[in-house]
Amino acid sequence: MHHGPAAELGVDNASAKKSRLGVWFFFVYLFFYAGFVVIGVLNYELLSHEVWGGLNLAIVYGIGLIVFAVLLGVIYNYLCSQYEDSLNREEQKP
Amino acid sequence: MIYDISVPALLIFIVFVGFVLGLSFYFARKTRSASSYYAAGGQIHWAINGIAFAGDYLSAASFLGICGMIATVGFDGFLYSIGFLAGWIVALFLIAEPLKRLGKYTFTDALNATFKSRAITLTAAVSTLIVSIFYLIPQMVGAGDLVTPLLGLPHWAGVVLVGLVVIVIVASAGMTSTTYVQFIKGSLLIILSTVLTVYILKHGFTLHPDNENRTYHQFLTLSPEVTGGKVTNVENWKVVSQQEVKGKNFVKLEKDGVPRWFSLSEKDSVYTLKEALSIAEGNGVILYNGEPKSNQKFFPVGHLDKIVIDGQEMESSGPVGPARFLSVLGKSELVRFSEAKFTDEGKKVTVYYQNVTAGSDFMLPGLKYKIGKGASAWSRLDFISLMLALFLGTAALPHILIRYYTVKSQRDARKSTILAIAAIGTFYILTMFMGLGAAVNGVLDVESSNMAAPLLAKAFGVFLFSVISAVAFATILGTVAGLIIASSGAIAHDLIDNYLGWKQDDKKKVRAGKISAFVVGIFAICLGIAFKGMNVSFLVGWAFSIAASANLPAILFLLFWKKTTSQGIATSIVTGIVVSLAIILTSPTMWDRYGLDPANALHKLDNPAIISFPLAVLMVWIVSLMTQKTKPAAAIN
Repeated sequence: MHHGPAAELGVDNASAKKSRLGVWFFFVYLFFYAGFVVIGVLNYELLSHEVWGGLNLAIVYGIGLIVFAVLLGVIYNYLCSQYEDSLNREEQKP
Repeated sequence: MIYDISVPALLIFIVFVGFVLGLSFYFARKTRSASSYYAAGGQIHWAINGIAFAGDYLSAASFLGICGMIATVGFDGFLYSIGFLAGWIVALFLIAEPLKRLGKYTFTDALNATFKSRAITLTAAVSTLIVSIFYLIPQMVGAGDLVTPLLGLPHWAGVVLVGLVVIVIVASAGMTSTTYVQFIKGSLLIILSTVLTVYILKHGFTLHPDNENRTYHQFLTLSPEVTGGKVTNVENWKVVSQQEVKGKNFVKLEKDGVPRWFSLSEKDSVYTLKEALSIAEGNGVILYNGEPKSNQKFFPVGHLDKIVIDGQEMESSGPVGPARFLSVLGKSELVRFSEAKFTDEGKKVTVYYQNVTAGSDFMLPGLKYKIGKGASAWSRLDFISLMLALFLGTAALPHILIRYYTVKSQRDARKSTILAIAAIGTFYILTMFMGLGAAVNGVLDVESSNMAAPLLAKAFGVFLFSVISAVAFATILGTVAGLIIASSGAIAHDLIDNYLGWKQDDKKKVRAGKISAFVVGIFAICLGIAFKGMNVSFLVGWAFSIAASANLPAILFLLFWKKTTSQGIATSIVTGIVVSLAIILTSPTMWDRYGLDPANALHKLDNPAIISFPLAVLMVWIVSLMTQKTKPAAAIN
């Protein structure tokens, strides 16, 4: 596909650190997501247990996964911006 | 179902579509070069882009399909909400940052720049095309379903209408317009879903879901005389015939010359006949519940059998809070309508019979994807496969990745994505309420689950219905436009320009893109007509499976494994496409589409990712290891 010029990013010293953080966060989320699938397949009855306010584990876990994704995203953005600010500023000092 | 044409809905619909088209033409005047046609020249603000991202992603599938699936099979529909959102995590955490670092916009570009291989150019372009087309099918099916109640048009007319409007948008304007269109649509969709959810909660539960314009049909329950399992007499009715389909008995009774179908059930030696809905087709005549369509006897369905609040059975609940809404439904009983097909007196009969379901089962996975006690290994595998495809598919969708690069900096791209996750997450939680609300408010069309949310809106007033229909229509327009741009890009830029090497000037490139858009649009129209009646979220699941299998292993290995070779990537893409397509085309669902018995399909798997994704990963790894020599050799030369 044809595009305009790539965004001018300059040197990004935080790049490697951000990628590593991304991979870590991915595995954290994967763990909880896979947890839901594994419970469903191996111990289905557990999903029907009431856990909060008359709601079963399936509902709480399901909505929890959605909320958790948003939370992780916000934290990730915050940390990435911090890395960029500190590492890229250091580069400019000398 | 039978619909009256709604004039206010029609007016709002026309105004809205006119507005969208006007916006497209306005921005078209600003669009001159090839770069602005495709990527909006990197000029979009991150917040606009974020909501547009959400607008892109919350396609007809999310709005129509998930609500519809939740309304008919409960929690299994919500699995799609969970999986679709989780997919963003892969896109954000694993792909977004490294891909942007390569300075490339699509995974095809990134692959091409890294390997400069013609095989990769070809396979990646083909993959983009196939995924886009599979994602287009549900959008077109949704479009057809949407215009049926709105305009009183047949399904095919809706599909053609959407196809033509989008071709006009794409051919006249391109990406700049669609980003703003997606922004407006994304915002409206979330606002209107919130309004609808508030209505649902305010309305609460009732055993008699009568709506503004009509009373809910009281389904008959009769007590028959039964001898040896056969119904012999029913008071005031003439017993005509009885059919057994997969262990379920259906009885045809007649009164005043009108035949009706009932399902027979037995509990403690007491027999009951419950009224069903039927469509009988034969000799060029279609009867809806034994009468012509115009008699309007084919009723909307979906009601509660029992409302249990704090251990007490109630007639209605009054307004409820969100958590209470979910917990009350979990303890009550609702009536779903299941489908059975058979032949009677030479006519093809489809019966939709009452299926009383405990709320506790409805609020758990298992009605569509059986994973509980007694579930077969196939159905468990199908469930895992679906969850895998939804998780891994998002990051590999061609039209999602393109929008990621329409903002100026890496930081903006990230902020866009997070805003999108928040917006989409909110919306997906709302789908739960909209779907369940539709299930119990007597609005469902047994012929298609896709219209659950708009029809629910209709129950709360024509205005809400018309606005939501207009937004849903715009949703489809926007998503189809984005997909057609991605497909035309794959043909015009990747295939014609890069693979075939036909060097063209800027003007000709844009023209090639527009011609490709036209061809893909026509093809999408044909497929949309062919897949009528299927749940659109289910269809999107397939697009995700193919994307996850064909594209994701290639992207991940390119970004994270230095030993990856061009041969490895090309083999992986081909493996992903071929295996996932082969499994889909031989699946029970497709068997049903071909008019064959799904029980005789070659396998029992409806979702292919559990097999096709690991195979594609294996291929990129093995072939890369086998072709290591070529890389150092090339470097030495």
